[in-house]
Amino acid sequence: MTRPRQLGSFGRIAALARKEAKQIRRDPSSAVIVLFLPLFLLFLFGYGISLDAASVRLGVVLEERGPDARSLADAYANAPDFEVLLYPSRAEAERALRANQLRGFLVIPPDFSQRLHARGSWPAQIHIVTDGSQPNTAEIVANYSQGVLATWSTQFARDRGVASAPAISIEPRFWFNEDLRTRYNLVPGSIALVMTIIGTLLTALVVAREWERGTLEAVFATPVSALELLASKFIPYFLLALATMAACVAAAIFLFGVPFRGSFLAILALTAAFLAPALGQGLLISSAAKNQFVASQLALFSGFLPAMLLSGFMFEIESMPEPIRAITAIIPARYFVTGLQTVFLAGDVWEVLLPVMLKMLGLGAVLLFFAWRVTPKRIA
Amino acid sequence: MTAPLAIIQGASKSFAGMDRPALDAITASITAGRLTGIVGPDAAGKTTLIRLMTGLVLPDHGDVSILDANTRSNPGTAQASIGYMPQRFGLYEDLSVQENLDLYADLQGISAAERNSAFDRLLDFTDLGAFRARLAGKLSGGMKQKLGLACALLRRPRLLLLDEPSVGVDPASRRELWAMVRGLVDPETAVVWSTSYLDEAERCDEVLLLSEGRLLYAGSPQGLTARVEGRVFRVRPEAGAKRTVLQHLESDPTIADAVLQGDSIRVMTRAHDKPAGLSSASAAAPRFEDAFVDLLGGSHLRDSPLAAAMRMIPASDTPVIEARGLTKQFGAFTAAENITFQVRPGEIFGLLGPNGAGKSTTFKMLCGLLRPTSGEGHVAGIDLRRAAPKARARLGYMAQKFSLYGELSVRQNLEFFAGVYGLTGTRRRDRVTTMIEVFELGPMAGRNAGALPLGFKQRLALACALLHEPDALFLDEPTSGVDPLARREFWSHINALVKKNVAVLVTTHFMEEAEYCDRISLIYRARLVADGSPDELKDAVRDADLPDPTMDDAFIRLIERSNAEREKP
Repeated sequence: MTRPRQLGSFGRIAALARKEAKQIRRDPSSAVIVLFLPLFLLFLFGYGISLDAASVRLGVVLEERGPDARSLADAYANAPDFEVLLYPSRAEAERALRANQLRGFLVIPPDFSQRLHARGSWPAQIHIVTDGSQPNTAEIVANYSQGVLATWSTQFARDRGVASAPAISIEPRFWFNEDLRTRYNLVPGSIALVMTIIGTLLTALVVAREWERGTLEAVFATPVSALELLASKFIPYFLLALATMAACVAAAIFLFGVPFRGSFLAILALTAAFLAPALGQGLLISSAAKNQFVASQLALFSGFLPAMLLSGFMFEIESMPEPIRAITAIIPARYFVTGLQTVFLAGDVWEVLLPVMLKMLGLGAVLLFFAWRVTPKRIA
Repeated sequence: MTAPLAIIQGASKSFAGMDRPALDAITASITAGRLTGIVGPDAAGKTTLIRLMTGLVLPDHGDVSILDANTRSNPGTAQASIGYMPQRFGLYEDLSVQENLDLYADLQGISAAERNSAFDRLLDFTDLGAFRARLAGKLSGGMKQKLGLACALLRRPRLLLLDEPSVGVDPASRRELWAMVRGLVDPETAVVWSTSYLDEAERCDEVLLLSEGRLLYAGSPQGLTARVEGRVFRVRPEAGAKRTVLQHLESDPTIADAVLQGDSIRVMTRAHDKPAGLSSASAAAPRFEDAFVDLLGGSHLRDSPLAAAMRMIPASDTPVIEARGLTKQFGAFTAAENITFQVRPGEIFGLLGPNGAGKSTTFKMLCGLLRPTSGEGHVAGIDLRRAAPKARARLGYMAQKFSLYGELSVRQNLEFFAGVYGLTGTRRRDRVTTMIEVFELGPMAGRNAGALPLGFKQRLALACALLHEPDALFLDEPTSGVDPLARREFWSHINALVKKNVAVLVTTHFMEEAEYCDRISLIYRARLVADGSPDELKDAVRDADLPDPTMDDAFIRLIERSNAEREKP
C-alpha cells in the first residue's frame, strides 16, 4: 500500500482557515456581529451616553434677594451649559430633583451678601446639591457650578477694584480636552470594547460551537494538530477583526468627528498587538468551556466586563483602589484604550505606544500558550 | 491467520460523576475482513470504546493499539490507519457536500491527483453525485450518514469506526447503509459498527456485547444465539387473552423470558423443555435478543403492583383519544396531513414512523401543545381547541428524554408533578408514597433525578405521568436505547395499566416496541399510510419472497407501496 503524499501542516491550516472563511460568509449572524453590533455600540457610546453637561437643568434657590445674590443667579442663567429654573425654597427644589426634573440645584443662603462683604470672616458659601444617582452628571454639574462661581467672583472682585477675589476654593478639574468633549475619549474607548467583543466573544463561540456540533471530534481524528487548529481559527478572525477595526476608525473620524492626530500605521500595529491577547483569550475560553453558553458567559465576565469597567474607558484607573488597579495590569483592553486615545487625540507618541504594544503582545503570548496547552487532541 | 487490526488490552475508563466505570477492563480485538458490531443499550460504553480506538480518549488502565501503534505513545500513527464517523456525523452543515469532502481530503493529506478519483468513487458509491452543491445541513438523515461515511472513507482506512450510524435513519435507508458498509469489508479492512438495535447485531460477523461498561460476550452472533437453541417457542393465545397469558408466563420461574410479538408470545424456557401447560407452543428460531436476555440472567418480572395503584376505568367503546383529520402546516411545509385515528379504553395504539415523519407533531396536537391548522383532537371527550388545559388534566405524558428535573430529588420530582396535576393534601402524599412503592424508588428517593441510572429515570418518569390516574397515557419513544430487561419491565407496567382500561398512545421508530401495540398506524411523510394490528401489517406484505416478514420488512414494503401510489398521476 502506498502512502499518500502529505500536504503538510500549512495545507491543513489553509484548508481549515478556508472552511472558516466560508462559514463566516454564510452565517447571517456574522454580518450582524462584525458590522451592525460595532456600529450600534459606537452610536450608543458616541451619542447615547455622552458625559458632557450640555443643557443641564439646574435649580437655583434664592434665600437672599440682594443684588449680589441676583447677580450670581444671572451668571448661572447666562452660562451656556445650564438651563436655570428659580425656586423660592429648598423644599421645592428638592421635590423637583426627586421628580427627576433637575440634575441639581444650588442654594444661595440668607447670609451670602453679608459674608461676601465681611472681610476676614468665613468666606461666602453657596450649597450645591446634585443627583448622586447619576454620578458622572453629578460630578460634572458640581465642577461646572464651581467654574461659573469662579468666573463670577473674579468679576465681582474686579468691579470693586480688589486685587484678589474673595476666598473661594476652586478645584480646576479639566486641564485637557478643553472643550470637555467626553465623546473624544469615549469613542476610542468604545472601539476597544467593540474589539474585545469581536476578538474574544466571537472566537470563544466559534470553537465552542464546533465542540457542541461534534465536528471537532471528526477533525481531531485526522492528522490535524492542536496548534494547527488554533492557527486556523486565529488567522480568519484576526483578519475579520482588522476589517471591523477599519470600520470603527472610519466611523470615529467621519461620523463622530473625533480628531485623528496619529497615523494609520500606528493604529494598525496597535490593533494587531491587541488582537493577540483578545483572540488568545477567546481560544482559551472555548477550549476549556466546550459549550456556547458557558463560553459566552466566560467571555462576558473575563473579557467584556473588564474591558468596560477596568480599562480606564469609563472609570479612571488612577482613582481605583490599589488591588483593583493591580488587576487592570492584566487587562489587555486597558493598554489598547491608552494606545487608541494617544493615537487619536495626541498622535504617534511612540514612547507611549511601544510599551503598551509590548505589554499586549506579552499577555497575548501567555494566553495563546495556555490555549495551546489546554486544547486537547483528546476529548475526555 | 492475519494479526488483529486493533487490540484492546484490559482497558478501563472512568468519568467524573459516574458511579461505575464507563468501561471496565475490556479485552478484545478487531480482525480485518470482518464486520464487528459493538452492541449494547445506551450508556453501555459503546461510544467510549470506539473513542478509545480513535485515540481521542485514552484508557485509565490498559492499552489500545491500532496496527501495533499504541494510542497513548504513538497516536499519530494509530490515527493514520483509521476512518471515524462520530455519532453526530462530524459534518459542517453550512458547507456543501463537495466542500465537506474537500476539507476532509485536505485534512487527510490527499493529493490533488488522487483526489478526483476518490471523490468520483465515493460520490458514486454513496449516490450523492447529484447533490454536490447542496449544503450538508439540508440533506436527509440517511444522506448525511452517507456523506459522513464518504468523508471517513476518503483515505481508504484499514479500520473504519462507525458510531451508531443507523440512529435517526429510516428503515429503508438503514438497510441501504448496511449493504454499503458490508461491501467495504475486504481482507485488508475491518469495519466496526456500534448499535443498540439487536437485529443489527445478528447480521454482524462478530459482536462485542457491552452492558454497563462490561464486555458480556465476544464472538460470532450465531455462537451466542446457539446457546439458547431449542429453548425458544412461540405461543398463540386465544384472542383477547394475550396479556393475561403473558403475565402468567412472566411470573413462571421455569420461563426465562416472555415477550409479546403481535398476537403471539415469544417464550424462552430456562431448560430445554417446552413450556409446561402450553400445548400450542411451537419451536421458534432463537434471536440475538433472546440470547442477550439469557446472558443477563433472564427476566424476573413480578406482577406489576401498578394495577392495584390505579382506579378502574369503566370499559366502553367510546374512544378516549380521538384524532379527526388533524393537519399541521409550518409555512409551506406540511408536518402532518389529515391524521385520523381513535384509541379506546384499554387499548395500546402505536404511531410508527421514522424521525421527521410527523409523529411528534401529531402527538403535540393531541396534548394541546400545538394548535392544528385544521381538524380536531379530543381526549376523554374534551375538545382540545376549547379546553386544552382541562384535557391535559386527564392525560399523562412521558417525554422521550424523560422531562425530569435533574437537580431535584426523586421525591421532589414526584411532589412537583403532583402539584402540577393539582393534587393536594393527603391525596398528594398518598399518591407520591404509592408511586415510590410501586416503582421501587424507595432507596433512591433522596437522590437527584439527574444522577439516576437510565432504568430508574424511566421508572420515575412513568411514575410522574401516572400520579393523577389519567384516562390516557402518551408515551414518546419510551424504550428506545434501554436494555431488553428494562424494556420488559416497562411494558409489564403498561400491561397492568391496560387492564385498568387506560388508553395508551405510543410513538416509536423502533420495531420491537411496535410489537407490543394492539394497533399501529404507519406514519410517513406526514401521512398515515397503513394501519392494523402488528400481525395484520405483517400479513399484508407476506408473499413467496418473504414468508415470515418482520415489522421492519412490513414497514419498508408498505412505504414503498405508498410512495408508488403518491407518484401516480
